[in-house]
Amino acid sequence: MSKRAEIVEWARDLYEDLDFTSVRRWLDVHPGRKACGYLPVYAPREVIHAAGMLPVGIHGGGDRLEIIRGDAFYQSYICHLPRSVIELAQSGRLSMLSAVLFPSTCDVIRNLSGIWKLLYPDVYVRYIDVPQVPDPEAAADFWVGELRRLLGDLSAISGHHPSDDEIRSSIALYNDVRGVIRQLYALRQQRPWDVPTEELYLLMRAGEVIPPEEFIVRARAYLGAVEAEPKRPRDNSRVVVTGAFCEQPPLGLIKSIERAGCYVVDDDFLLGNRFVTGVVGLEGDPLRSLAESFLHNEQRTSVMYEGDASGKRQLMRRRVKDAGADGIIFAAPSFCDPALLDQPMLRAGAEQAGIPCIAFKYAENSGQFQQFREQAGTFSDSIKLWGGGTAA
Amino acid sequence: MSTALKDRSMLLQKEMIASHFARLERAPENKEPVVYTFVPGNLVELIRSFGALPVLPEINALQSGMRKQSGDYIAEAERVGHSEDVCAYVKSDIGMLRSGNIGPAGTKIPKPDLLLLSYTGCYTFMKWFELLREEYDCPAVFFHVPYQGDGVLEPEHREYMLRQLREQVIPALEKATGRAYDEEALRERLTLAAEAEDHLVAVLQSAKHRPSPIDGYFGTVYYVGPLFSAFRGTPEGVEYYRTLREEVEERLAAGLGPVTPEGQLNDQKYRLVVEGPPSWTHFREFWKMFADEGAVVVASTYTKVGGTYDFGFRHNPNDPLGTLADYCSGCYTNLNLPSRIDMLVRYIREYEADGFLINSVKSCNSFSAGQLMILREVEKRTGIPGAFVESDLVDPRYFSSANIKNRLESYFQMIQARRVGGLA
Repeated sequence: MSKRAEIVEWARDLYEDLDFTSVRRWLDVHPGRKACGYLPVYAPREVIHAAGMLPVGIHGGGDRLEIIRGDAFYQSYICHLPRSVIELAQSGRLSMLSAVLFPSTCDVIRNLSGIWKLLYPDVYVRYIDVPQVPDPEAAADFWVGELRRLLGDLSAISGHHPSDDEIRSSIALYNDVRGVIRQLYALRQQRPWDVPTEELYLLMRAGEVIPPEEFIVRARAYLGAVEAEPKRPRDNSRVVVTGAFCEQPPLGLIKSIERAGCYVVDDDFLLGNRFVTGVVGLEGDPLRSLAESFLHNEQRTSVMYEGDASGKRQLMRRRVKDAGADGIIFAAPSFCDPALLDQPMLRAGAEQAGIPCIAFKYAENSGQFQQFREQAGTFSDSIKLWGGGTAA
Repeated sequence: MSTALKDRSMLLQKEMIASHFARLERAPENKEPVVYTFVPGNLVELIRSFGALPVLPEINALQSGMRKQSGDYIAEAERVGHSEDVCAYVKSDIGMLRSGNIGPAGTKIPKPDLLLLSYTGCYTFMKWFELLREEYDCPAVFFHVPYQGDGVLEPEHREYMLRQLREQVIPALEKATGRAYDEEALRERLTLAAEAEDHLVAVLQSAKHRPSPIDGYFGTVYYVGPLFSAFRGTPEGVEYYRTLREEVEERLAAGLGPVTPEGQLNDQKYRLVVEGPPSWTHFREFWKMFADEGAVVVASTYTKVGGTYDFGFRHNPNDPLGTLADYCSGCYTNLNLPSRIDMLVRYIREYEADGFLINSVKSCNSFSAGQLMILREVEKRTGIPGAFVESDLVDPRYFSSANIKNRLESYFQMIQARRVGGLA
């Protein structure tokens, strides 16, 4: 097995393991330490890490989990993610978590925090209300306060009260995590044939359940393996996939898009791992640095208020241009308010710029991919025939 | 006599609404600024203190639903790319705008001079005003109200809101209206608001009596209308609530029930608490299903989306900005699930209800996500079985009359059977 294949298989094993064995193993070999889960999209992992806890991404059960208990909690018109998260919890698979964070992604995840409080009164539950206002000073003060409270609460659970230097170390570590993720994304953008999105995605998923230090090592090893084992380019179209930042698409859907003749050159899968686009400063009050990096962030996403009146119209043009893409696939989970409410604005801006677009909806447990493959294949062919939007 | 008195408050409300929409239509020529905002956490006293007229898009959407116009508006929005999966209020509003923006009173709704996005317990609000900003190409200001995830308003969250009011919201209103902030004018508005709120609470709490002189859901959505929309902090608002209170007190003294689509409901067989918004497209039909069975709603949570006054909150003119922060934070949708459950349990006990029902609407995840958990917890804590029906706010495709009627009939039979069995 090649080095690349070895890393990908390691990542695939972690992705497929719905029992979070790696997290349990980490807890076994680190007696007294704790794990803290977080839901999509953005949670300040640096704070969890600084408190001495293992950050664990909870991204549902995908298409690998039969929902028995979860459906009893949700009506049919609510997205699939919370029911599979409940299923994971009710089946005991998340019993190793001492704390769970619920970011302000949408009302479904927000209300899930309340369900968690009721179902698991012994687990620390916090709703992460990120600042939405354009006033950087008021927003920073608010967010610093939230981070400080979170750190205090998690430290009380873990028993580890970090010094400022320890917090800075955690921040530096996650600067490195984001740095290597940026490298991976940049390389895929340049040579998508060398970094298939299926592989990149599996690596990102692995990064959600292992310590950041280990992720950096594996990701760098993967980058090395890519250079050592280059692949041949194909005559594929280059697409941006957007709308999949919360409930994750099944791996089969990602593979279908690629196999239909599309190179994914930008996406918003697992967006939380690169939500902060800059390097967080290591001087001064570390929590304030972290807060300010969140506020002076170039990331534009459906879960944050867009202060710039032209921002929504410009966003997809910019992403397409930056990625050198030919077109956009709007792939949103069914009943996803953030993605689907944003879509008319994003798509209108893209189409005004002459960028080809298609849209479809999925659920994390979608099992039939033929229709997606046909749509993506037709889209890719049409781009080859009629041209894409790179020049826009 | 009571019917005539009830007519008086209804007539008053009708006149107030017609007058407001007529004034809105003339606002561009009269150079009156217009500010759009949402019901939960609306800062209508502040808006009015700047001489601006408020527009509440949810109110327009629900009125479109009641007038059977929302179906076409939703279809229009879906034609231009809005998903069938998302909030029907938003689509009704966008569809109305694209169909000429003729509002519920048959008058033209003017474009906003400012979108005041009070982000209070509903994620969709953020997208709604981003979408309207695209349509109207107008300024917007964001007022972030932290969610009460732990069930309390933290002092630093209150300070954060105050800061936003001072540094963002007021300057935006000053710019949009061309007027300076006038705290005295705001205090006067808040004094009027508190007076109307006192009257409303007396009306709401009258349902503790038997028979209840009001319906705490179907009837009360009319009662809360002026206070939750454009008329809080106005003399007309106070006059309306004074009149309404007199009517209700007269019914109470005479031992009469509320007027329903089936006439006066004096013989009240079931006392219910309801969670969730009503279905506006089938409002009367839905109400009739209750009235036919002799069921009166004694309290509801939906009638608290614009303020939880019955738990003691009043706008306080002595702390004009602080009271606005407190108000926004305490609106029902900004409360976490455990707090919502506490409220329902309290209603069931204090209003001596013998049943509770959840109307789960497809459009609103702020309400709907978690309602099955609410159902379970309330049942567990009160020992009273609940009923669960599904519909939508203003999308007529999601109201199944036969299905809902069957469920309600079965539910009432079950309550009756429990009584006969000596369980009640």
